[in-house]
Order: sequence, then C-alpha cells, then structure tokens
Amino acid sequence: MASNLHMKRATGSRMKRLPLVLALSFLAPLAAAAGPLTVKGSDTMVVLTQRWAEEYRKTHPEAKVQVTGGGSGTGLSALINGTTEIALSSRPLKEAEREQLRARHGSTGYQLAVAKDGVTFYVNEKNPLSALTLDQLKRIYVGEVTNWKEVGGPDAPIVLYSRENSSGTYVFVKDQLLGGEDFAAAAQTLPGTAAVVNAVAKERHGIGYGGLGYARGVKALELGVGADVLAPTAENVKSGKYPLSRDLFFYLRSEPRGSAQGFIDFCLSEAGQRLVSQVGYSPVK
Amino acid sequence: MIALTIQAVGLSGIAAVLLIVIFVGREALPILRGDGEAGFDTLFLPQPLRPGKPPGFMWQPVGEVPKLSMIPLLLGTLKVTLVAMVVAVPVALAAALFTSEFAPRRLRELLKPVIELLASIPSVVLGFFALMTLAGWAQSTFGLPSRLSALVAGLAMAIAIVPVVFTVAEDALTAVPRSYREASLALGATPWETAWRVVLPAAAPGVFAACVLGFGRAIGETMIVLMASGNAAIVSLSLSDSTRTMSATIAAEMGEVVFGGTHWSVLFFIGLQLFALTLALNWVAGAFVRRTLRRLGGTA
Repeated sequence: MASNLHMKRATGSRMKRLPLVLALSFLAPLAAAAGPLTVKGSDTMVVLTQRWAEEYRKTHPEAKVQVTGGGSGTGLSALINGTTEIALSSRPLKEAEREQLRARHGSTGYQLAVAKDGVTFYVNEKNPLSALTLDQLKRIYVGEVTNWKEVGGPDAPIVLYSRENSSGTYVFVKDQLLGGEDFAAAAQTLPGTAAVVNAVAKERHGIGYGGLGYARGVKALELGVGADVLAPTAENVKSGKYPLSRDLFFYLRSEPRGSAQGFIDFCLSEAGQRLVSQVGYSPVK
Repeated sequence: MIALTIQAVGLSGIAAVLLIVIFVGREALPILRGDGEAGFDTLFLPQPLRPGKPPGFMWQPVGEVPKLSMIPLLLGTLKVTLVAMVVAVPVALAAALFTSEFAPRRLRELLKPVIELLASIPSVVLGFFALMTLAGWAQSTFGLPSRLSALVAGLAMAIAIVPVVFTVAEDALTAVPRSYREASLALGATPWETAWRVVLPAAAPGVFAACVLGFGRAIGETMIVLMASGNAAIVSLSLSDSTRTMSATIAAEMGEVVFGGTHWSVLFFIGLQLFALTLALNWVAGAFVRRTLRRLGGTA
C-alpha cells in the first residue's frame, strides 16, 4: 500500500499527474481528520491499541478509530506518505525517516511514549529450559549455537524464528541483543508476533521473540543477567531491571489536534494506562 | 470505428506491458549501471560476512553493512519451483491423460470442471492451509527438523499448479484428431498404447506449453511461499530447510524500504529478474513448440 503511493509518485514521466498527486497528498491529512482516525504500525502494539480504541469508543461513541498492524516500518512509511494519522512504532524514528518527514511535511514528527515493553523470548512449553543468558541468546540468534544441548537443553536442533525486517522488534533485537550483527541465515522470518507465538507453540524445538503481552501457549524465557534471573514481567520492565526493555511510541506528523488529541489523552490517562497493564505491558507513568 | 477501437485496446495492452518494464527498469537502473552502493559484484559474488569468516552469500538488507546477495533468493525460488513441478506435472499429466482418453463421458464432464475449480482457490487460502495443516503433517511424516520448508511450500504450490497444467494439457490431448486414435487402434494397438505412444506425442507442443505455463505461475507465485516457506534466506540445496524466494522477498520488504535507496533498487532489480526469467522461459517454450510442430508437419 505504501509502495503504491511511491509508485504513483515515481512515474514522474507523466508530469501532468504530479501536481494532482501532490495536491492530494496535502489534502490527505485534512480528509483523515474528517473521517475515522487511522492508526497503523507495530504488530507488537496492535492488540493494545485495539483495546484502547474499544474503551475509548465507550466514552466517545462518535469517535471512529481504525487500527491496523503491519510492522513499525510499515506504519512509519504510511505516516510519511500521509495515509495514516498516528503511526505505532516499537522503535525510535530512523534518521532517514526523519529526513523524509521533513522533506514531505516540513516537520520532524511528534513522538510520544505510550507504554513500555520488554522483548520476550518464547520457547515451546515442552522445552525443559526456563532461562537463558543474554550471551546464550545472542549466540543462538547469530547462528553460533545450533543445538539445544549447547545451552543445557535436549539434543535437538534449534529452530530459529525471527521477524520480517519491517518489524521494529527485529531492529531492536538486532541492535540491542546482537550488537548490530546479522541474524543467522537459518532464522525464519514470520509476519507478526502472533505468527511467531503460533509457530513456537507448534514447534517443539523452536524459539522466537516478541512483545510482553503475547506469551500465550508458549513459555516465556527468563533472562540471566549476572547473578540475577529476571522474568519478563511488567514489574521488571517498569523498574528497568529487565534488560531488553523499550518504549512503545505513537508518532504523528505534527502536534496532535482534534480527534487524535482526544484519543491520545485517553491512552495516557489513568484508565488508558490501566489497560496497558491488563494487556501485559508496563505503563509509562 | 469498431476496428479502430479494438486496435486501440490491443495497442494499449502492449503499451501497458512496455510501460511496466520501463518503470521497473528505471527504478532498478542504479543496479544495472552499477553506480549505486550495490552492483552485480555485491549481488552475485561472495561477500565478506563477518570478521574471521570466509566470504559467502547472504541476504540481510537491513543493517550497517547491508548484505544483498541474490544467490539465496535465486536458489530458494528454483528449489520451491522444482518441488512444485516434480509433484504437479506427473499428477496433472496423468489426470489429463485419464480424463481425455479413458474416462467415460459422464465422469469426464465431472472431472474437468472440478479440477479446474482448484485453480480458483485463492493462493492465500492455499498458503494458510499449508501453514496450519500441511506443515505439521509434513514434519511428522518426513521427520523434518522444522515445520516450514521448501518442501512444504513446494507441495502447496503444486496444488496451485496442477489445475493450470491439467487444463491446458487436457485441451491439447482432446484436440488430437480422432483419426490418429482410430488408425492406431485399427493397427492393433491397445487403448493404453494409443494414449501413451500416439496421442501424447501428437499433443506434445500443447503439453509442453502447459508445463511452461505452470512453471511461470510457480516462479511468480508469492503468497503461498510467503506463508509456507519460512522465508529464511539459507544457501543450501536441502529441501527440508526453510527457504526465501524472490517474489516473497519483494512482497515482504517493499512496504518498509526507504524510497529510492539501494534496497529499493535491489527489490526492483529482483522484479526485473523474475520478468526476464519468465520471458526467457516463454521464448524457449515458443521455440520448442514451433520446432515440434514443424517436425510433426514434416512426417505426417
């Protein structure tokens, strides 16, 4: 979808079309303000944002909030292209994206942390392991360790699950856990955290990663840090002890106004932040 | 007036194809010219991966040093297509031969539409079926190390190709003149010998065209492989490994790339390669069909 817009713009040979497309791209934010509030992006945040939207509708029946996933990169591309009002992102804006926002919309974007998450590693419920150290996880994900017995598990090959590179969680794990190194080539890439959880639930020797609120039907691994063993819980994320903690963001093109303002205020309100805990993430306040 | 309209419609079809090629080619131009960050050497030759490791082929387009090797993707596409063809072609041809030569009329009238109905299953539904059901079955039956693999994707793709190959091959077999069969039977050949040694060779160009059509569909098929192959860009010949195809790579990454960047151009370049592959295939198929027709015409 995002690419369609690119393509239209790229057919510059049809110069007559260009002013029209440009005009439309300026109109898009106005049109969006009149219609439903569109929210798009991070798959980690989709469930949470849908809960927010549901609750928000109870007190604001006239409001229409449209929530879709696709990954942080997809949401931010949509924000740049003017096809969404709010982008959900589990990673900060990249410099290149900031540049594009500036070039297309004359602003550097408006960032708002709305919840905290800890990237969690899942294994199958039949897997006897319950904790791994960060170093072990890193060696598993760069492909140096390929058998569970090398990290104290059964003698079976590790089936690696990862996310598509449009995922904010993918970038976060790559930067924070792997120190920028590449994922092992054998890592299977799945579209969305739910797909990863589903795969690990079915794959006895699988391992995958995703947000805090998704670990159902799979075992969430505890992380060994020094002498401590930290479970991926909202408390550990909130206290900052859990090592792979991160902020989850809303991004807008400019300061929120109108319907977006109301929705954001609700998300950050006490009731909104209570929902954050219910879904399994940690509140920002 | 009507003739003019038809002419215009026909020409606009050709124009659309040309414009698409020009558009895709233009976006891939930095790669073709080799003046971008990636050229033919980074795409097709081994590149340094990690300090202390021998150079190799890797597809990791996001990172400080993007690795953009085409080799794992080409290999993945060929692997999945091969599985699909090996499974689908014998099944489809056998079904076509049975339907056109042996099945009673009533059965034939039932079989053809039912198999053709298979073609109307959306590929996303086939992918979903492969992901949820076929993957588990294949893993427990063949003892595969992971659920999703080139094999699973290839099997699911075979389901998509069978009706394509079947329909065209069946039409080709049915189109063989009755006189051929009658002559063969009159000379004392059994129905089976007639079907295998007379009808099938006579229909060879059409049957070959059917296979090429199936191949073309398999190479470009996206949704099934995206869902059922696991999308890990591994360089290996093993069918039980997860695999990443060219079409699935475009589908999965197009939404995220920075507009006009190297990764963007490379994705368009992949599209160009797919286009060139099918074009070359059609050309070879066309040449083969012409040659066979000439040979048949000469000996008949």
